[in-house]
Amino acid sequence: MKDFARLFTRIDQSTKTSVKVAALAEYFATAPDEDRLWTIALFSGRRPRRAVTTTRLREWAAEAAGYPLWLFEEAYPVVGDLAETIALFLPPGRSDSDRGLTHWINMLRGLSHVDEPARKAAVLAAWDELDTTSRFLFNKLITGGFRVGVSQKLMTRALAQATGRDEAELAHRLMGAWSPDDTTFHALIEADDPTTDASRPYPFCLAHGLDDAAQTLGAPEDWHAEWKWDGIRGQLILRDGDHFVWSRGEELMTDRFPELARAPDHLPPGTVIDGEILAWDGAAPLPFAALQKRIGRKTVPKSLLREAPVILQAYDLLEDGGRDIRALPFDERRARLDRLIAPLPQDAPLRLSPSLTFTTWQTLTDARATARDARAEGLMLKRRAGPYLAGRKKGEWWKWKLDPLTIDAVMIYAQAGHGRRANLYTDFTFAVWQGNDLVPFTKAYSGLTDAEFRKITTWVKKNTLQRFGPVRQVRPELVFEIAFEGIQQSPRHKSGVALRFPRMARWRHDKDLSQANTLDDLKEMLRLYG
Amino acid sequence: MTRDPVLTFTPHGIHCPAGDFHIDPWRPVPRALITHGHSDHARPGHGAYLATDLAAPVLRHRLGDIALETVAYGERRRIGGATVSFHPAGHVPGSAQIRVEVGGEVWVVSGDYKLEDDGLSTPFEPVRAHAFVTESTFGLPVFRWQKQAAIAAQINGWWRDCVASGSTPLLGAYALGKAQRLLSLLDPGIGPILTHGAVEATTQILRDQGLRLPATVPVTAAVKIADHPGALVLATPSAFGTPWARKFGPVSTGFASGWMQLRGVRRRRAADRGFVISDHADWDGLNTAIHETGAEKIFVTHGYTDIFTRWLRSRGLDAQVVPTEFAGETLDESAA
Ligand SMILES: [Zn+2]
Ligand SMILES: [Zn+2]
Repeated sequence: MKDFARLFTRIDQSTKTSVKVAALAEYFATAPDEDRLWTIALFSGRRPRRAVTTTRLREWAAEAAGYPLWLFEEAYPVVGDLAETIALFLPPGRSDSDRGLTHWINMLRGLSHVDEPARKAAVLAAWDELDTTSRFLFNKLITGGFRVGVSQKLMTRALAQATGRDEAELAHRLMGAWSPDDTTFHALIEADDPTTDASRPYPFCLAHGLDDAAQTLGAPEDWHAEWKWDGIRGQLILRDGDHFVWSRGEELMTDRFPELARAPDHLPPGTVIDGEILAWDGAAPLPFAALQKRIGRKTVPKSLLREAPVILQAYDLLEDGGRDIRALPFDERRARLDRLIAPLPQDAPLRLSPSLTFTTWQTLTDARATARDARAEGLMLKRRAGPYLAGRKKGEWWKWKLDPLTIDAVMIYAQAGHGRRANLYTDFTFAVWQGNDLVPFTKAYSGLTDAEFRKITTWVKKNTLQRFGPVRQVRPELVFEIAFEGIQQSPRHKSGVALRFPRMARWRHDKDLSQANTLDDLKEMLRLYG
Repeated sequence: MTRDPVLTFTPHGIHCPAGDFHIDPWRPVPRALITHGHSDHARPGHGAYLATDLAAPVLRHRLGDIALETVAYGERRRIGGATVSFHPAGHVPGSAQIRVEVGGEVWVVSGDYKLEDDGLSTPFEPVRAHAFVTESTFGLPVFRWQKQAAIAAQINGWWRDCVASGSTPLLGAYALGKAQRLLSLLDPGIGPILTHGAVEATTQILRDQGLRLPATVPVTAAVKIADHPGALVLATPSAFGTPWARKFGPVSTGFASGWMQLRGVRRRRAADRGFVISDHADWDGLNTAIHETGAEKIFVTHGYTDIFTRWLRSRGLDAQVVPTEFAGETLDESAA
């Protein structure tokens, strides 16, 4: 574990991308194949199956340290990360091992087959044998959430440097459903003909947010525009008579959307389409809430299929007739996509994302203002001559979102944050007026500066009405502008509405309590935009 | 008849009714006893000040022309019905715990303290007491410090790496105490040490008091980094990212603080390196210090007060949180 811990420390210590990539490349050039394979797996979001629950981990850590469990539970929010809390909470280990990453992963995988006392003994022995950093990483292998500030993209770049292979080709090899259990470093990275995996998706092309005026993009005729849909980005793969649906997060979602199983009836094998999965009422997208019901379900009951049927709103073609056509200009790919989709019958589970025609940027700016009517969250701009690039590359694709909706609300509850912010009140509940009552409708915990959170913390301490565990009910007095991306009906909330991505846009020092918005204002927004 | 407690906790700070004085008050009072020169303990505006002779020069530098009387460690003073004395707290040079005795009952106010001998501050001395007012900045078991020699090796290793890779190490630390402690740990064999004005001013005051510290070069407008190859720059964290810091070319930034123990803090500070070194007691240090006072009554201030109080109670001690509306301290990462 020491080599891996050293790699982690070097990555974690630096804020510079070049240093992180160099550390990884050096590791890839020297580590044993099995450790390299697992490192690639971990840095691309794969991990061994969880063998121990976090509840047990907490209990064991408190016990091993000789402290009551409540003390551990108090330390956890201060540290902010369970794996790290355990690593620091335990006294320093007594022995010093130098077993490799793969050893510990195999040990953890073995735990699924033994009873709990044996699991506990194994985990405690591991803790006692690892230094603090290795212990932290070992815990991360159990708890998951292995985030070290290195994206899959940077990892791929380092792998390219270490192996002398093409970065884009490696990115493609690393996509899809492989696991360290069913492949080897050689097969995954080096073999001439990477196991022809019919399900393997292409890396998604991601858009940058457009902050400047659209005029700065140059001539309007160089750009294609369409709505930016508020659904799930998906890649539909048709190969060898089979079909696969991938999410942008590289999750295989094929079974969640049985509607798309009819795609092979309509389209030839050797077709890969990029698009947006939307809940669809036959003419327009249903609110995101309808789709949300589908997301969590691995198998979909019939009633839900009727209530929230999905389609793929297609907007790009990546493979045509079995050929990778990502290098072709967007216009050409889109023309081919049109030829494939346009002839399909009404009831096909695929539709074309309509192109928006415009000749001046002003026309487009006006169109953007109507995005909510089209149930879209803004516009997408794609350079007509551009290839389909892997990842977030500047200059080809832009998302031009609508300005968020806003409402002025009163803070009524406050709760302390995590980690460094454990001493600051950062999580708030907000309310709007209904007659003379304040009705809570959302929580928000981001959008303000540390200095503002400090001021609010001092205020909260002096204006607490009641305490409920970590939550303080505060004197209704402070007004904040809450910004959000969408609003939907929600029977689970007292207010009857739920917001998407709520955050504090600013502290309205200029407004007093009575000037906050009302529940009727929220309901009007629901009617207009829900 | 019940008599007043030796110390009471008021909106002005800790007050002794028998002697009518305050300890480290945060609002102006006629008579203040000051544990040490950090700004959250030594505030301007009091009528008269009493502190150790070792703390005096820094207090005068920071607070200007104040009515300041000084005492040596261990020297007893009678103030009204109270007898007071100052005892080494090991926090920074001149820092003290304040012992207050009234009618045979002894209370001790720790101020800030640490148990490890840093080689500069007079080492912490346990003082027997009936009641002990303790800080709790790092009152959680996740805060355990390594010996300072181990941290010194990390810092000097980083310095050498920077020299080898052609960048300038920019080390951030609080101007009083931490900066001088780091100076004493740095290996001048690696290269020259450049200092920010705020660090240099305090360093010079402590040098004049007889503290042995390596030579430093104050960074003035005339100083060019090219003239000092292999240099390390010691500055207050507030100087990071300012035009002042730009003259050093490519830098590698490091912070030295107990908070660097937490990965979340290290990442938020966006420093290249975090060195876990504190002038406050760690978890084990707090528990040891409290045990050694023999006090059965413990007042907890300055930090994780609620949690630490609950912990002490679970150990059978009569512990309580010092009520305070003073919220800033534990957030000031650089000071710890
Ligand atoms: Zn202090
Ligand atoms: Zn302090």
